[in-house]
Amino acid sequence: MDPIIILQAGVATGTVLLFATIGEILAERSGVLNLGVEGMMLIGAMTAFSTTIATGNPWLGVLAAMFAAGLISQIHAFITITLQADQVVSGLALTFLGTGISLVLGEGLSKAGTVSLLPNFSIPVLSQIPILGPILFTKQSVLVYIGYLFTPLTWYFINHTRPGLNLRSVGEYPSAVDSLGISVFGLRYFYVFVGGMLAGLAGATISLAVAPGWFSELTTAGQGWIAVGLVIFAQWDPVRAMFGSYAFGALRRLILDVQGPTIIFGLNNPFYYNPYWGFFLQMLPYAFTVIVLVIGSREAMRKRLGAPAALGNPYIRGERGK
Amino acid sequence: MQQKLGSLFDALLPVIATLAALAVGAVMLLFLKVNPVEAYAALWDGAFGSSNAFAETLVKATPLLLVGIGICISFRGDVINIGGEGQMIIGAVLATWVGLNFTGLPGWLTITLSMMAGFLGGAIWGGIPGVLKAYFSVNEILSTVMMNAIAVQLMNFLLRGPMIDPAQAEMASQIPQTARLEEIFRLPRLAPTRLHLGALIAVIFAVLVYILLWRTTLGYRIRAVGQNPHASRYAGIKVQRYMVLALLLSGAFAGLAGATQVFGVNYRMITDGSSSGFTGSAGFNGIVAALFGGLHPILTIPASILFGALLVGANKMQRVVQVPSALITALNGLVVVFVVSSEIIRKRRQRRREAVAKRDDETPPPAVEAGNKKIQQAEVGS
Repeated sequence: MDPIIILQAGVATGTVLLFATIGEILAERSGVLNLGVEGMMLIGAMTAFSTTIATGNPWLGVLAAMFAAGLISQIHAFITITLQADQVVSGLALTFLGTGISLVLGEGLSKAGTVSLLPNFSIPVLSQIPILGPILFTKQSVLVYIGYLFTPLTWYFINHTRPGLNLRSVGEYPSAVDSLGISVFGLRYFYVFVGGMLAGLAGATISLAVAPGWFSELTTAGQGWIAVGLVIFAQWDPVRAMFGSYAFGALRRLILDVQGPTIIFGLNNPFYYNPYWGFFLQMLPYAFTVIVLVIGSREAMRKRLGAPAALGNPYIRGERGK
Repeated sequence: MQQKLGSLFDALLPVIATLAALAVGAVMLLFLKVNPVEAYAALWDGAFGSSNAFAETLVKATPLLLVGIGICISFRGDVINIGGEGQMIIGAVLATWVGLNFTGLPGWLTITLSMMAGFLGGAIWGGIPGVLKAYFSVNEILSTVMMNAIAVQLMNFLLRGPMIDPAQAEMASQIPQTARLEEIFRLPRLAPTRLHLGALIAVIFAVLVYILLWRTTLGYRIRAVGQNPHASRYAGIKVQRYMVLALLLSGAFAGLAGATQVFGVNYRMITDGSSSGFTGSAGFNGIVAALFGGLHPILTIPASILFGALLVGANKMQRVVQVPSALITALNGLVVVFVVSSEIIRKRRQRRREAVAKRDDETPPPAVEAGNKKIQQAEVGS
């Protein structure tokens, strides 16, 4: 029950959600809702693990995971952008497809033994900072550090660069983008692909760093869906997404730690003496997501912040009101 | 003649979509170094090879149909219910509790009460996200998914704690399951197979839901809200109330599906810690079946049988050619992909037909012409 350890582990597990959430933010900012995050993450986790077993190189595993998940995201892109079909239904189909493929190809992978994992290390000077040092810069996976750099970079990209402006515009008012001779379809395909790659990276983060191994559907345990929820809480902003992800990561660790000690806050720990009560603790991340959605949706309404205006609508050239 | 061929093509689209999905599945099988012909032969044999096999297919189709007709209601109301798994679990828990505690009553009465409890349990678990959507604008896709995870943990708690089989509680093994239902409280079987009354109940409800959606004011309003909430509000329909109702009814049928699983198949609730261990993922596959049936309750009947057959056949396929039965999850995804895509083809053909029809009577009769002019003048005037 050491708060430093809980937060340290929270940042590590939260990195999974961070990559998946930012990937989904990019796709949704371009106007495409992709509910297939869970499926793409499973594909990523399975590909990363099996590639690393086959080659012995975890970096190849990460690359393969990103490529495989990006590839499968293009099915969704084709159905929703080119064929202009319903994004919700197609996203669900992608979840089924990704889950099914990863379970079939991952059969027997859980007994395949251990793999060489991505390196963990401490940053020399920064790890000496009181409180923040041990939480953020001590013995974290290399992917966690990548996450630190990645968040502000994405924020800057979306809000302060020309391609970022194009991204925002295609999600808000695609016909304006089209009138400038920039391809709406091209941009959307690209950002769905990026979203898929990041979901794959999130999956690789699980199976090669945070919770190494392949445990079929339990590898992701619904984190892909939590990521889609966090996008709404984050109001499509990467920085808010980062805080949300780390908070969820810390919550997951807290749940594990609460069940350990026999005495908690000077009282007999009810979760230690009645182990079945632990199931209520395991509900918390999901119940918390619902609460976060209630708060996030109300705040969004009050501030009139909302989803990108064209989110969920296919772009049909020449149609009015799009 | 050409039009007739065209509508025949439209009707065959789902079949073509299924064949396309099976073709892609065959490529995946080749990738796994398995002969697809052999695999699909095993699948067919497992699903339709004997009367027992066919009965098993219908048993698997029953929860798919019940969840599927609920999905027809919610999707028609433009409310996306992904919470079938959780609603099945809560429905089953409540129904099992009734079945184990109301033992003094005659069998038929306890069964009826249990089914109603299942209906109620699903309605509660669907109603919560419905209220959250209608009055707090919380996205129902996400809230229903989260409600699934919450229901699983609730089931794990109940089946290990308060509701555990007293016999298991004494033993060291502590298998998380409830006591077995007494024989008079089980759904009767329809043939000397495992086929039970639940299948008949599901078909009856499919017809009732069809009547509800297309022959009652309630159903009309649910569909109107789904088509255009703004126009519906303008017409005086209380939009929020019908949103809640659509999700609540959808959940209720999933809850009934959970109840029939306990009372018709397992005769007790047992968990392996996951939701699919109890539901067999019917809460998700029911969505696939309903989409395949074009969100029409009657057409969902054959669709459920098709997906029931795939699920039952997959077990046989796993035994014969050693392909993980999770392949069917991927196939389901592919079927939805192709059904959604073929829907677009149908819409485009329809648009083209309308364009052709328009071109054919390009020169409107003079009366219409005059009428148009009047309208134009009126518009200019305003």
